[in-house]
Amino acid sequence: MPDPFDSILYQYVYCTLSSTDDVACVGSGLFGGGLLPGGLEWLAYVLTAVTIVAVLINAILGGVLMMIWGERRLLGRFQGRTGPNRWGPFGLLTPIADAVKTMFKEDVMPTVSDRLVFTAAPILMLFPALLIYAVLPFGAGTWLADINVALLFIIAIGGANVLAIVAAALGSGNRYAMFSAMRSVAMLISYEIPLVISLIGVLMLSGSLSLVAIVNAQTLPFFIVQPLGFFVFLVASMAELNRTPFDVAEAESEIVAGYMTDYSSMKFGLFFLSEFAATIATSGVITAVFLGGWHGFDPIPSQIWFIGKMVAVLAVIVWIRASWPRLRIDQIMNFAWKALFELTLINLVVSGILLLIWPSPSTTELWYMAGINWVVFLASIYIFGKVLGPKHDPVKAGNIQPDVTLSDSDAPALPTGGGD
Amino acid sequence: MTENAAPTNMGSTITQVPNPEPGTVDMMVNMGPQHPATHGVFRMELRVDGEQIQDLVPHIGYLHRGSEKLCEHELYSQIITLFDRLDYVSNFNNELVIVSAVEKLMDVAPPPRAELIRIIMCEFNRIASHLLFYGTFAIDMGAITPLLYNFRDREKIQALFESVSGARMMHNYFRVGGVKEDVADDFESRSLALCNELEYGIDETDRLLTENEIFLERTSGIGVISGEDALDWGLSGPVLRASGVPYDVRVEEPYSRYDELDFGIPVGSAGDCWDRFYVRILEARESVSIIRQAIALMEPGDTMAQIRRIARPPAGEVYAHCENPRGDLGVYIVSEGGDRPYRLKVRPPSFCNLQALRDLTVGHYIADAVVILGTLDIVLGEVDR
Repeated sequence: MPDPFDSILYQYVYCTLSSTDDVACVGSGLFGGGLLPGGLEWLAYVLTAVTIVAVLINAILGGVLMMIWGERRLLGRFQGRTGPNRWGPFGLLTPIADAVKTMFKEDVMPTVSDRLVFTAAPILMLFPALLIYAVLPFGAGTWLADINVALLFIIAIGGANVLAIVAAALGSGNRYAMFSAMRSVAMLISYEIPLVISLIGVLMLSGSLSLVAIVNAQTLPFFIVQPLGFFVFLVASMAELNRTPFDVAEAESEIVAGYMTDYSSMKFGLFFLSEFAATIATSGVITAVFLGGWHGFDPIPSQIWFIGKMVAVLAVIVWIRASWPRLRIDQIMNFAWKALFELTLINLVVSGILLLIWPSPSTTELWYMAGINWVVFLASIYIFGKVLGPKHDPVKAGNIQPDVTLSDSDAPALPTGGGD
Repeated sequence: MTENAAPTNMGSTITQVPNPEPGTVDMMVNMGPQHPATHGVFRMELRVDGEQIQDLVPHIGYLHRGSEKLCEHELYSQIITLFDRLDYVSNFNNELVIVSAVEKLMDVAPPPRAELIRIIMCEFNRIASHLLFYGTFAIDMGAITPLLYNFRDREKIQALFESVSGARMMHNYFRVGGVKEDVADDFESRSLALCNELEYGIDETDRLLTENEIFLERTSGIGVISGEDALDWGLSGPVLRASGVPYDVRVEEPYSRYDELDFGIPVGSAGDCWDRFYVRILEARESVSIIRQAIALMEPGDTMAQIRRIARPPAGEVYAHCENPRGDLGVYIVSEGGDRPYRLKVRPPSFCNLQALRDLTVGHYIADAVVILGTLDIVLGEVDR
């Protein structure tokens, strides 16, 4: 296990709390605290973790509120309107008002619902979303835990929220919710595979599953070296997140609100919260794995770099939501199995061959790999688009027939009624 | 888990058919009357196998107001307000039908200027109605942005309507024998400027949706109806023309001054949802051209024929129909010579188009049912009357 003292955040809080003669802090340059008397190092050890977790969870909640505001503002701009701008500067306090309103709503529970499952589902939904943050490196030396299987952890945790969706659907006993749960499970099974395989190219390059090691390995951001992997990961994680164009699990025009249909008040609020938390977490993973994490140039601190990149990814996700219709569930399945799965395999094979040529690539060699990968990326996307794209010739359809009447066209004749 | 108390057959008119797979039954799903995709209070009862629709029964009547019966108790001039409320997104077109029917019965011709004002209003209203269709149709498929763009343009049309009739929607502007009052002096320049803006707006929708790959996936080959079937069902309007039948009342039986104007009828070839969408895009462009031609033809003059204030058509029967944005809207009036009709029957295009819904949807997915219902573009005010 990597030493928790690798995290500057951890070190700083611990040394502030710990006693003045703690060997771990003396001479570290960060020594300055001594709030606790000697002999209570174990308490400092525990309190540090509690403090950081408390700060992180509150930061997540704040981040979710900011994202709700940001998404609504950005959508407003995309749609030629202002978005929320009444409460607070630039409408910044709107999500707080929304949260208060949500909390004070009546908590309705359907009579046919299973009370225990119905209540547990929103809580189950929130856990996986929060757990991902445990391994996210928000900046140089700024993380809660640097575990050596971080990516595996994220993938395992990220798939768990579908359990909550199924629980919500079963618990509420609503048929629309059942549709939503069935769609969610089908999508999880299909999209988890390209999601995982698309990361293997990155693993081969970095040689580690730890997010910190992956970020450190990115002398060149991996989205340049692994465009195909980046594309598939972005698409598959948007499917996992139920974002447009894959938002069939909560397609409001088809199945109302999906698994959330019967939920109200803070139970609904928790679903909402965990969805946004998961979106932010996923954009954090994308930033760490593909966009070079906290790397940037001075004097902007690494934490700001990381958050800036995260916001950029979120903006792209909102942009896609503003532009595109949603696919149908069978088309989404087709897309996963016929396009994304094959694309990841191509990426895997090409990356493997390139790594055979350059076993431990320097930055120059990474650029060579990037060039080849981009050619493969564009060519395979083009070919897949041609093969799997809609078979429709819009030019032929929809023609104007000027001044034509039924009598002089070859269209079926109007039925002539009798009499009169 | 508590016993699910809801019976499998919720007072349904569909009979429960056992699924060929042993031990399974099809699920009954009730869509509406309160549902985001039914465009009003429309209820669909679906029998689904997984997500595939096996059977569909539409239920209407949630917005029934007894308009036809009410018409028997109103003066002819008062009936116009009731017609405003039939298809409440294309009010002028509705008004045109009732006033032209009464004019036909009384054998009165409105002044040429009034005819042109009516045509311009109706075509603007057709564009407004189609703009609403593009937006709501996109929403049905999960694209949220086109609606906002189209409402922005529709708002401009309604501002023009307000300047002409004083109301944004329920105008009550057409009269038996003309229109309520002449348009303002700046009407022509305003309309022409609006035409340019609308053309841009329609192009914008076209660029956003028509060739979008996801949009094509969702619409092409969905809900196909052949020209013969469409005629058999009595479909009309863009839904019929998308199936390749160039039937348009404005050309087949020209009313008002449509015979003086030069315009084309957009016709589809496949009869699927994409065609029904694209026909409406092309139709809106044709409407812009009609408005420009009509404005060029406008000359100063009277806007009201010299008739009695209270219309008293002679005894007799009359059927008049016009091309509504949704199709062929007809009205049949039986008069006994008084100031009120003895009987009035409306042939609503939405209602007739809705009849094909079951045939169009069975075999498709739930998501497609929403899209197909969207392309039929029903207005419940007209379906239920």
